[in-house]
Amino acid sequence: MRDETLLDTLKRRGISRRGFLKFCATTASMLALPPSMAAAVAEAMGKVRRPVVIWLSFQECTGCTESLTRAHSPSVESLIFDAISLDYHHTLQAASGHAAEEAREHSMKADWGNYLLIVDGSIPIRDDGVYSTIAGISNLQMLKDAAAGAAAIVSVGTCAAYGGLPHANPNPTGAVAVTEIIKDKPIINVPGCPPIPAVITGVLAHYLTFGAIPDLDDLGRPKAFFGESIHDRCYRRPFYDQGKFAKTFDDEGARNGWCLFELGCKGPTTHNACATTKWNGGTSWPVQSGHGCLGCSEPDFWDGGSFYKALSTPISPVTGAAAAAVAIGAAAGVAIGLANRQTKAAAKAAHQKATIADLEK
Amino acid sequence: MNAMDLLLWSRGPGLGIAVGIFLFGMVLRLFEIYSLGRKRDLAPARTGGEGSGWRTMFSRSVPDRAQFKRSPVVFTTGYIFHLGFFIVLLFLLPHIELIEAVIGLSWAPPPPPIVDLVAVITLIALIVTLIYRIMDPVRRMLSTFGDYLAWGVTFLPLLTGYMAYHHLLLDYTLMLALHILSVELLLVVFPFTKLTHMVTLFISRWYNGEWFARKGVAS
Amino acid sequence: MTASLQKGINALREVLDAPIASYFSSCVRCGMCAEACLFYTETKDPKYTPIHKVEPLRRLWEQEYTLTGRVKKMFGLSKPVTDEELEEWSPLVYDSCTQCGRCSMVCPVGNDITYMIRKMREGMAISGHAPEGVIGATKRTIELGSPMGIKLPALQTQIGKQEAETGLTIPIDVEGADYMALLSSMEIINFPEYLGALAKIFHNAGVSWTLSSEAFEATNSGIQIGVADLASDIVMRIVTAAEKLKVKSVISPECGHAFTALRWEGPNLIGRPYGFTVVHILELLDELRSAGKLKTTGKESEALTFHDPCQIARRGGVVEQPRRLLGDVAEDFREMSDTGVWNWCCGGGGGVSANDRAEHLRLTAFKRKKAQLDALGVETMVTACANCRIVLEEGLEHYNMNVKVVGLTELVAEHLVEQESGK
Repeated sequence: MRDETLLDTLKRRGISRRGFLKFCATTASMLALPPSMAAAVAEAMGKVRRPVVIWLSFQECTGCTESLTRAHSPSVESLIFDAISLDYHHTLQAASGHAAEEAREHSMKADWGNYLLIVDGSIPIRDDGVYSTIAGISNLQMLKDAAAGAAAIVSVGTCAAYGGLPHANPNPTGAVAVTEIIKDKPIINVPGCPPIPAVITGVLAHYLTFGAIPDLDDLGRPKAFFGESIHDRCYRRPFYDQGKFAKTFDDEGARNGWCLFELGCKGPTTHNACATTKWNGGTSWPVQSGHGCLGCSEPDFWDGGSFYKALSTPISPVTGAAAAAVAIGAAAGVAIGLANRQTKAAAKAAHQKATIADLEK
Repeated sequence: MNAMDLLLWSRGPGLGIAVGIFLFGMVLRLFEIYSLGRKRDLAPARTGGEGSGWRTMFSRSVPDRAQFKRSPVVFTTGYIFHLGFFIVLLFLLPHIELIEAVIGLSWAPPPPPIVDLVAVITLIALIVTLIYRIMDPVRRMLSTFGDYLAWGVTFLPLLTGYMAYHHLLLDYTLMLALHILSVELLLVVFPFTKLTHMVTLFISRWYNGEWFARKGVAS
Repeated sequence: MTASLQKGINALREVLDAPIASYFSSCVRCGMCAEACLFYTETKDPKYTPIHKVEPLRRLWEQEYTLTGRVKKMFGLSKPVTDEELEEWSPLVYDSCTQCGRCSMVCPVGNDITYMIRKMREGMAISGHAPEGVIGATKRTIELGSPMGIKLPALQTQIGKQEAETGLTIPIDVEGADYMALLSSMEIINFPEYLGALAKIFHNAGVSWTLSSEAFEATNSGIQIGVADLASDIVMRIVTAAEKLKVKSVISPECGHAFTALRWEGPNLIGRPYGFTVVHILELLDELRSAGKLKTTGKESEALTFHDPCQIARRGGVVEQPRRLLGDVAEDFREMSDTGVWNWCCGGGGGVSANDRAEHLRLTAFKRKKAQLDALGVETMVTACANCRIVLEEGLEHYNMNVKVVGLTELVAEHLVEQESGK
C-alpha cells in the first residue's frame, strides 16, 4: 500500500472523485486560499504518494490523538489518515514492544530526510529525561534521534508546542516544548488542548499539498487557523461591546447568551479557530455552550490565573506582597523618622540665640 | 520572551513588585513627613468660625470664581483629566473586575461607549496640559524632568489601554501586556515623583485649613 | 558680623516641619500660585511664582529629610544650597513677597506657601541675605525700640498734640487698666490722629486703657526679616510691660504685621501663652459697637471702598468687623471685586516698604490695586493698617490717581456723637 497515491486509496475506499474534490475545495477555503487553488490542491493531493509519517507521543494525555481520530462516521479525517503511511503511532498501531521500536527505526532509515515527524506531548528534560521513557529510551533522546532525519516537525497540541500542562508551575519533570530542543528543523506548532480535528488535518493537508510550511505567526502557529483571536470572531462580541455580561453560569445574562468575560473567558488573548470552525463537525464550541474560553492554544495558559476569573485580574493575590511592602516601608519609615528627628535635634542643639550681628556677614 | 509571557509576568510577579514598591514608597513618605512633627500652636484659636482642616480637604477642590478666570487652562484641563482618569479607572468593567479581585468591592459599570468617550476626552486634556506646560512661561520655568516623567507615566496607561481595547496597532496580547506594564511603571515611579500629591494633598489641605481656621478664616 | 551659611542652613533644618514636608510632597507645579500673586500678575515675570521663591528650601528638605534625598547626597548627586544661591533668591524672598497669603488660599493641593516663605526667611536672614533696608529696620527696633528709631520723647510730643486736639488725657503706665494700646511707628510719625481717635472713642465708651512708656511699639521687624529670636525679644517687651501693668488685653493697632506678630506668632516665639488677650483695634471697636457703646452720627456721603490689610483680614480673621463699622459711618460703601479674604495686597507689607531695593517692583505691583480702584471709580479708600496707608498713598501718587486714603479708626472717631470732653 505504500506506493499507492492518495487518489488510489480513496477510490479503493469508494470515495468518488467528486467527494474528493469537495474536500479539496473545503481544505483550500479553510487555508484561506482562493477558490482557484482548489484544483491545485486536488491535483497535488491526488498525486501524492503516501508520505511516511512518524508520530511520537511523549508526556501527553492522548487527547490530541483522540481529537484527530474523533470520527463519528467515516469522515474525511480518517481518509487522510489512510492516505499517509503512518508508520509509528502508540495508540493506533497494531505492533507493540520491541517490534514496534524496530519498525520505527527501520522506517526512519528507509526514508531518512523525507519523513514528517509529528509530536504530541511535552518532553521532560530534568534528570536526563528519566520521567518519560519508551522502551528505556528517554523522550528527549528519541526526539533528537527522530528529528535528525525529519523533513519537518509538527508539534500537535499545546504540550508539544509550548509545554502544556506538565510545564505548568511547578513543572517537576522539567517539561519543555519541541522548539526548546530542536533548533535546526522547520517546526509547525498546532496548539490547542486539544487542537480542533480539522485544524490538525488542515495543516497536514497544506504540507502535503505544497511540501512547504504554511505562514506562521511569531509563536510558530499557522496564521490560517491561529491568525485571529477568539474575541475578534466571537458571536457574543456585540454583548462585550454593549457591556452585557453574565455574572454567574445561571443568571439572566448567562441565559441570554451574554459575554462571558466576567466568568473568566480568555478569548481576547487566545488565537484559535474555535469561534469559526467550531467543534464536533461544527456543532458548537465552549463559549456557545456557555463556558468561557480557557485560552488553551496559548503558552502557559495553565499558569494564567483561574479559568473563572477575568483576564484583568491578578494571577495570584497581591495581598502578601502588599503586606510585606507596608511592613518594610514602615520599618524604613521608622528608621528615617529617627534619623530626621536626630537631624532636627542636632540643629536645635547647634542653635545659638541670634543677635543683630548675625544679620550681616 | 513572547507577548504571552510578558502578559503573564505583568499579571503575576510584575504586579506584586509594582504594588510592593508603591506601598513601600508611600508608607515611607508618610513617615518622612510626620516624623518632622509640628509645634503646638500656643496662640489661642478663634472659635465658632466656619473653617477647619477637614473642610479645606474638600472645599479646596472648589475654585474661587475670580481665581478660576486667572488660571482657566489649569483649572479646566486639570478637572477634566483627573475626573476622566478616575472615571476610566473605576468604571471600565475589566478594571472593576480587578478591583473586586483585590479588595472585594464592585459596582455596576456604565455602558462601555461612555467610558470610552471619557477616555478620549481625558487623553486630549492630558495632551493640552503637556502643551500648556511647555508653552506657558511659568509652567515651563517650574517644570523639571520629574514633571514630564509624571505626565508620561499617567498618559501611557490611558493610551495603551485605549489602544488595547480598540485593537489598535499591536496584537492584543502584546498591547494588553504593555498596558498592564505601563500601570506597573506608574506605580513604581509614583512615590518618587509629585504623584505623591494624590495622598499628601489631603494632608497639606488639612494643615492649611487648620492654620487658617485658627484665625477664623475658611480657606 | 557673624552671619554665616552654616547658621542659615541650621536654621532651615530647625524650621522644616511636617506641614512643609507635606507641602513639598504635594506641589504639582501647576503654576496657579503665580496667578494669585500680584508680583507675578503685574510683571509677568515667571521667577515671581510663589513656590519658586522657596526652591532652595525644597532642595534642602529633600537632602536632609527624605530617604532618596539623603542617598543622593551620600553619592554626591545632589546640588547643595550655597551662599550664591541664597543671595540670588534674596529679592524673590524679600522684595517680591509681602506674606499676603493669596497663594496659600489658591493652591489646589493646599500648600501654605506664605508659611514656607516665612520659614525660609529664618535661613536667609541669619546667613546674611536679608535686604539692607530690612536689616536696618530690625537693628533699629532691637537697639532703639522702633524700626523708624522713634523713642519715647517723640511719642510724648505726639501725645501732647493729640491731647490738645481732643481735650482728653491720654493715659500712660496706668496699672490695672483693662486695655494696653500699642502703636506702630508709622502711626506715630504719619498718622498720629489715630491716637486722638482712640482717646475719643475710649472716652465715649468708658473703656479703661493705657499706653506703656516701656513698650509702645507694635511693629515687629523680627518677623518681617524672619529671625525668631529677635522677634521674640521684641514681643517680650510688650509682654513684660503688659503683665507688669496687669492689663486684661493688649490692643494691636492699625498695622497688619504687628497683629500677626503679637496675636498669632508671639506666644510661640516666647514659648508660653500670655497672661492677657490680644485684640485688634477693629475687633475692639466692633465689640463696643455690639455693646452699644460706639454711638455715631452722620454718614459719609461720597462713595468709598475698603482695602483689607492682608495680615488683618486673610491671615488674621478680621473681615466682617470693618464692614459693620463702615456700615455705620458710610452711606455708599462699595466692595472691590476680589474683596475680604480675597482682596489684593497693597504690595508693601512684610518688610517690602522698608526695602529700597524693592521700590520699583512694589510700584509696579501697585497696578493691581490701581486696577481694582479704576474698576470701582471711587475717590476714597478706607483701610486699617498704617503701612498699607503709606504704601497706598505712594502708589496713588506715582500713578497720579485722585484717591484719598483714610484710616478706619479715625473715620469712626470723626462720627462719634459728641460728649463732654474731660478737661
